[in-house]
Amino acid sequence: MVYEENTTDAVEMRHIISIILENEAGALSRVAGLFSARAYNIESLTVAPTDDPSLSRMTLVTSGTDEVVEQVCKQLNKLIDVVKLVNLTDDVHVERELILIKVQAENEQRDEVKRIVDIFHGQVIDMTDTTYIIEVTGDSEKIDAVLKALEHMTMLEVERSGQLGMCRGDKGMV
Amino acid sequence: MELTGAEIIIECLKAEDIDYVFGYPGGAVLHIYDAFYQQEEVQHILVRHEQGATHAADGYARSTGKPGVVLVTSGPGATNAVTGIATAYMDSIPMIVITGQVPSHLIGNDAFQEVDSVGITRPIVKHNFLIEDVKDIAMVFKKAFYVATTGRPGPVVIDIPKDITAEKTEFSYPSEINMRSYNPVVEVHTGQIKRAVDMMIGAERPMIYTGGGVILGNGSEQLRQMTRKLGFPITSTLMGLGAYPASDKQFVGMLGMHGTYEANMGMHHCDVLIAIGARFDDRVTGNLEKFCPGAKIIHVDVDPASISKNVKVDVPIVGEVVQVLEEFLAAIDKTKKTPNTAALKKWWNQIDEWRSQDCLKYDRDSEIIKPQFVLEKMFEITKGEAFVTSDVGQHQMFAAQYYGFDEPRRWINSGGLGTMGFGLPAAMGVQLAHPDDLVMCVTGEASIQMCIQELATCRQYDLPLKIINLNNRYMGMVRQWQEFFYEKRYAMSYMNALPDFVKLAESYGHVGIKVEKPADVVPALKEALSQKDRLVFLDFITDQEENVYPMIPAGAGLNEMILV
Ligand SMILES: Cc1ncc(C[n+]2csc(CCOP(=O)(O)OP(=O)(O)O)c2C)c(N)n1
Repeated sequence: MVYEENTTDAVEMRHIISIILENEAGALSRVAGLFSARAYNIESLTVAPTDDPSLSRMTLVTSGTDEVVEQVCKQLNKLIDVVKLVNLTDDVHVERELILIKVQAENEQRDEVKRIVDIFHGQVIDMTDTTYIIEVTGDSEKIDAVLKALEHMTMLEVERSGQLGMCRGDKGMV
Repeated sequence: MELTGAEIIIECLKAEDIDYVFGYPGGAVLHIYDAFYQQEEVQHILVRHEQGATHAADGYARSTGKPGVVLVTSGPGATNAVTGIATAYMDSIPMIVITGQVPSHLIGNDAFQEVDSVGITRPIVKHNFLIEDVKDIAMVFKKAFYVATTGRPGPVVIDIPKDITAEKTEFSYPSEINMRSYNPVVEVHTGQIKRAVDMMIGAERPMIYTGGGVILGNGSEQLRQMTRKLGFPITSTLMGLGAYPASDKQFVGMLGMHGTYEANMGMHHCDVLIAIGARFDDRVTGNLEKFCPGAKIIHVDVDPASISKNVKVDVPIVGEVVQVLEEFLAAIDKTKKTPNTAALKKWWNQIDEWRSQDCLKYDRDSEIIKPQFVLEKMFEITKGEAFVTSDVGQHQMFAAQYYGFDEPRRWINSGGLGTMGFGLPAAMGVQLAHPDDLVMCVTGEASIQMCIQELATCRQYDLPLKIINLNNRYMGMVRQWQEFFYEKRYAMSYMNALPDFVKLAESYGHVGIKVEKPADVVPALKEALSQKDRLVFLDFITDQEENVYPMIPAGAGLNEMILV
């Protein structure tokens, strides 16, 4: 049987994938190149060395039908630099993203921004006479909500870190 | 004792038992060439274009199962090798390509003859390395050979800056290798074996469909045993020909776009499909929506990513082909289930009826040389025992259809990438690996011109190839598509200004023979074979507008073939 497109089992879902890979020159471009070469979606990607400096951890958010995401995972696993891969979506997990926003804040806006920041348990981490830089962490829904709350104000810069994710429970990834 | 990086490279090749390296020198690899000059164990074959080096190494690898090795310089040397690397990648051929690089301190400066070889080749290799320290050379080579030859094989590129080949260090070649991120050995799932065998034994209309993976994994013997034991019909992809003997009655011919009627109809109507080392390529499946509509599918492959990529599979089995087939054999022996002989008999009757269509018939009494006739005669005269390489086009399909391969690794062609220019250099690699065997290259007048310069290499190393040029004065396969789908508007597919191939062959120091009449085909072939130590270029002037049949047009199902 072939894959049926446009049916209900072919819905595109968001997946968050955690990857441990060799911390080597070129490893990142192998992953990124795979996504462009095979026309897979990539929504966000973060990468940095782990406590073991020879390894990096990458968190990748992609979307696609189950079949496509299964292929994505298989192709990623095939990369020689990939040590371990877990599709966090299959498990109970936590997700965090950090956002920095430089927002115009003058006169009464200054209090309003402060109030919004408090509601989202964020912080003001820098200020000038006319602006604040605020920092908020949370899952992507919360980050989206912050942006929505500030929509009517003038945001001079917005920077999101991309998702980090980790499975709940007592097991480590490697 | 300390050795230079260049000397270490040679030592690594010796440690890997490499007898030939195919290459072309240049500034960035001069230290390495100097090291070659000072030893005799590893022989360097000088090609005339780096594409030729990669195809030659590829032909060597396909015909032996051992990795082919290539050495080219930085910049244009590396870019010229790209087509051959991609060709090997698409067909999963083990190959090591050493590319010179500009000196370390110049990398990134747009230095003379600098290209980002690792970046350029990344999507067409199994893996690649940039060596940054002379101390890493031995380990990188060990890893490269290990990665290239295990699991699903593939080409590996090693990029080495010039300065590193001059630096010195102690050499010792690692005897073992362990890569935490690469574990090609997989345990075969016994439960899946049982499920698969139950499904096979219960089948009423089974079909075995095998691909290049059986050849790459050396599973031909086990495949034969299993197929005979089950008594099922078996078909093969273009890449898998020879794994099961073409002369055996159970073999129903090649499947796919230019496959036989019986193979494709058998695929379409089967109820259990046993796919082994094949990847459901679009040239094989035709329209996926119409593919094997009533079949349960068992798929054996060493690469998990090949499974359920294009077609949803019912019983996936990841593993080395030999191991899986041996477990199949054991499970078949043990099972208490009995095959449905009545249903199988009916199925064979159906297949024989499709077979009686004789879909490969052609006009045998033609006044003009038919390409099929040349292949058929070539098969008869060589008793099907030659190594046959091919280029890409109609002649490739005719060779696959009319030259019956009974042994694996005899049919050498570029299936995945479809690279014109492959045939001649690939044949050089085959001939070097099998100096006493007959090696023939089936080609067309367009393809042969893409790497014609390698005739000089053949002269230099006395490679007595037999080149079968099916000269239809057209890029035949392109013309066929234009005839079928563009109302005979033959845009750019006529081969104007052809050289006199006889004179061309002669000018390179070879023998050339032009053949214009059907009656001369057999004598010419015999003459060529009798010239055992000469390269003979046979230029057959063939029917200009012959087409390859049967054919499945794009978008059609396997049951919707165009017959003659
Ligand atoms: C490098 C490359 N360029 C273009 C093509 C597209 N192509 C496929 S078959 C073909 C014609 C081949 O003509 P010829 O070698 O004369 O063989 P024939 O089909 O006539 O037997 C072409 C141009 C290709 N496969 N490879």
